Amino acid sequence: MQRATEPSVAHTWRSQSEAVAFFLMVCALIVAPMFAYPVFLMKALCFALFACAFNLLIGYVGLLSFGHALFFGWASYVCAHAAKVWGFPPELAIACGTVAAAGLGTIVGALAIRRQGIYFAMITLALAQMMYFFAIQAPFTHGEDGIQAVPRGKLFGFIDLADQTNMYVTVLVIFLGCFLLIYRIINSPFGEVLKAIRENEARAISLGYKTERFKLLAFVLSATFAGVAGATKALVFQLASLTDVDWPMSGEVILMTLVGGLGTLFGPVVGAFFIVTLENFLTTMGQWVFVVQGMIFVVCVLLFRRGIIGELAQVLRIKL
Amino acid sequence: MFELFGISSQALFGQLLIGLINGSFYALLSLGLAVIFGMLNIINFTHGAQYMLGAFTAFFLLQYAGIGYWWAIVIAPLAVGITGIIIERLFLQWLYKLDHLYGLLLTFGLALIFEGTFRNFFGSSGLPYSVPPELQGGRNLGFMFLPNYRAWVVVFSLAVCLTTWFVIERTKLGSYLRAATENPTLVRAFGINVPRMITLTYGFGVALAALAGVMAAPIYNVSPQMGANLIIVVFAVVVIGGMGSIMGAIVTGFGLGIIEGLTKVFFPEASNTVIFIIMAIVLLIRPAGLFGRAT
Repeated sequence: MQRATEPSVAHTWRSQSEAVAFFLMVCALIVAPMFAYPVFLMKALCFALFACAFNLLIGYVGLLSFGHALFFGWASYVCAHAAKVWGFPPELAIACGTVAAAGLGTIVGALAIRRQGIYFAMITLALAQMMYFFAIQAPFTHGEDGIQAVPRGKLFGFIDLADQTNMYVTVLVIFLGCFLLIYRIINSPFGEVLKAIRENEARAISLGYKTERFKLLAFVLSATFAGVAGATKALVFQLASLTDVDWPMSGEVILMTLVGGLGTLFGPVVGAFFIVTLENFLTTMGQWVFVVQGMIFVVCVLLFRRGIIGELAQVLRIKL
Repeated sequence: MFELFGISSQALFGQLLIGLINGSFYALLSLGLAVIFGMLNIINFTHGAQYMLGAFTAFFLLQYAGIGYWWAIVIAPLAVGITGIIIERLFLQWLYKLDHLYGLLLTFGLALIFEGTFRNFFGSSGLPYSVPPELQGGRNLGFMFLPNYRAWVVVFSLAVCLTTWFVIERTKLGSYLRAATENPTLVRAFGINVPRMITLTYGFGVALAALAGVMAAPIYNVSPQMGANLIIVVFAVVVIGGMGSIMGAIVTGFGLGIIEGLTKVFFPEASNTVIFIIMAIVLLIRPAGLFGRAT
């Protein structure tokens, strides 16, 4: 019945508030380059996509992965290697990174979903640490130096990404495309089953769902989107380094999602912009960044579990 | 000294000893994690930071108060254990009714705070802590040279582990603990102060981590990151052993330490990753862990 009154909104969006918020977000991101450095915005967008990918898993399936840096970092290595050594164009390089992340996601996911709850987090963390050691030892990652001076190349052969505006528009299109795709996934019948697993896995099993397969597919999707984010970041910064595969990166994406609001649509985006901005202010303070991050963790867990967007949605009584 | 599989006995047994020492730390830390998880239902991510705090407490005691190793091994676990009790009262007690991922996130945040603060004041390089005079030197066993301090670490941590096992599995206090793990409400109905028991359990688990830290101080340097990477390996140890059994944690800890040591001799490239690979294999064959019960 609602469909008759507001056809266009009901078609793509589940609620009007989400459609309006999306429109506002797109407008803000289009005008943003006039007020902020494009590289800063592109960094924030890559992390926003990374956090959205992570949120797909924790927010909608209830699985806490402590190893998402694995997919982010390895996708960025593979993308950088493809662009620099193999001379691939940017769209193919990003695709290579994404496929690598999806492959790793399948292996790690298949192992990790064999245990529940707290063990899941420990297994993902341990496997990510293992791949971190591989990244140190493998010759093509160049150890501490990382893969430097990665060429951005020409998108589809004619859009020169060395131009900051072109690069920004590309990153924005990738981000928005993935964002809509994630929205589509969580509101599909598949997404409804994921939420059912989050709420009560035993019951979902009793209803005949093979929850392991759903969890694995959700894990692979999450890893894939994290891979898109990591591969894009490699082109933006023209660098792939150990920082992106190390465990503090896994912690950071958790923090972004937690600050923004677990299981909210826009929370990870807001959280990513918040944390990236904060880190920009704290760059001169050295190790205190970790202390500040730790304090935000403690405050969020104790007093602020809904996150920024979760609280906002609660106050305004809308869905965000 | 003789040769075995083309490797000198000194190299082989030397690495085995290092493996045993690492294994002692894995055992002490995973034991603490298991005890804490049993009572609090929280995975204590701060464990690595608390191990580091133990080592630093020993360092401070020697540096600023001239208090040596033998007092430090008593004072440091007590002091860090008390901070653990404060942490439990201030933060953790509010989380028991929530999804346990929040416990992990909160303790992760605390670990970042501790490690960030120490790195800020002491940088990344390690500080030396000398072996106590009573345990300096070593003896030649014919097939290898055995430093006294390292022998002490293995023997003492084994003793601590077995004592903990005995207390939990064979005494009245331990039976209360096990009962409270199974059904806290019922145990409270019998007039036992379960919340206080939970607090003290956390303090004890943390003290074990600090004890491991003090013992590690003369072997590795005292550094702010000493616990950060170790705790991830200990998590893998806990996944392999399963947290259901105290003896399981001890056996897995020592066993994996030895396997890691042997890998260093025969296949050094894999020595960093062997424990994670074993974890993956165990997950494929016995998802519940070697000593775990299926959930």
